[in-house]
Amino acid sequence: MTDSTSISLPADQRRREFIGGAKATFPLIVGAIPFGIIFGTLAEPSGLSAVGALAMSIIVFAGSSQFIVLGLLAAGAALPVIIATTFVVNLRHILYAANLVPKVRHLPQRWRILMAFGLTDETFAAVSSRYLQQEDIREAHWFYLGSFCAMYGNWVLCTAIGVALGEIFPDMTQWGLDFAMSVTFIGMVMPYLKNKPMWAAVIVAGAMAIATAALPHKLGLIIAALSGVAVGLSLQMLLTQTNTHSPAPDKEPQ
Amino acid sequence: MNEALLIFGMFIVTFGVRYVLFAMAGRVHFPAWLSTGLGFVPPAVLTAIIVPAVLMPQGSLWISPANPWLLAALVAVIVALVRKDLLTTIVIGMLAFIIFRFGFEL
Repeated sequence: MTDSTSISLPADQRRREFIGGAKATFPLIVGAIPFGIIFGTLAEPSGLSAVGALAMSIIVFAGSSQFIVLGLLAAGAALPVIIATTFVVNLRHILYAANLVPKVRHLPQRWRILMAFGLTDETFAAVSSRYLQQEDIREAHWFYLGSFCAMYGNWVLCTAIGVALGEIFPDMTQWGLDFAMSVTFIGMVMPYLKNKPMWAAVIVAGAMAIATAALPHKLGLIIAALSGVAVGLSLQMLLTQTNTHSPAPDKEPQ
Repeated sequence: MNEALLIFGMFIVTFGVRYVLFAMAGRVHFPAWLSTGLGFVPPAVLTAIIVPAVLMPQGSLWISPANPWLLAALVAVIVALVRKDLLTTIVIGMLAFIIFRFGFEL
């Protein structure tokens, strides 16, 4: 590429990428709107101040773990347990990051910091399809930024709306909005259940969560989740082992 | 509960998980078992949250057709299996919950 073409083009392309990122994220934002509003509404009844709820959305920016923390606060869990639970719940983001490393390697650290902060389920979904469709990634970080800004703006705004609604209708907690979290998580878990190890992980995690429910500080959540992961992983490794030992009939001859 | 400490702690672990691999940018590789294991984390965590919320909504085990949390969760599971669409699952699941929980009192 010559210098003359690369002087005026980048700004244009950056704007296109940024808007493209925001647009691609829009359908996912629709799903996040009730989530953000309900988080804001449930904050004060769970024991988190209005300022705390807003600050959490602005600084932490992690939808499902913020929700879970409300449940833990309401149950009177201790601070170290809440932090440890947040860590376990957000551990899935390391998978997204591992996937995106080849796309951020060429960028300066300040970009990587910004992109890491904005790494959510939704933005990962949006940028993944962008990377699949277009190979040119020189300005793709602007697409990422567009997706992040759309998600972030929406999340903070919806939290604020929820907090305000909670002030106006203090009895909203009686409306059964807590079920919104369960139903959202059900919708998120079902697509994972495609093989036996996944089913095993989920069944063990669910059973252990009931068995350990009486433990103090809501420690049961972490124990149940880790038990599920251990069983799922063991079963998966056992199955792959038996597969490699027995010759697969549909394999092409070497 | 010190809210500033709570939010700071949550920020550190959340941002840490999201940033560590970006910071090193490919100079670290997971062993295969670890990345397989991480793949089980989201469904295991979410299920460990859902099951007590649905089966013990008021603190003790309540497995009964009169439990609206349980009934609505079953509806949501079926919708999620059929439609595979998050928004539809949320909307129909919430409607089912409202009907089971409050419908009979109207």
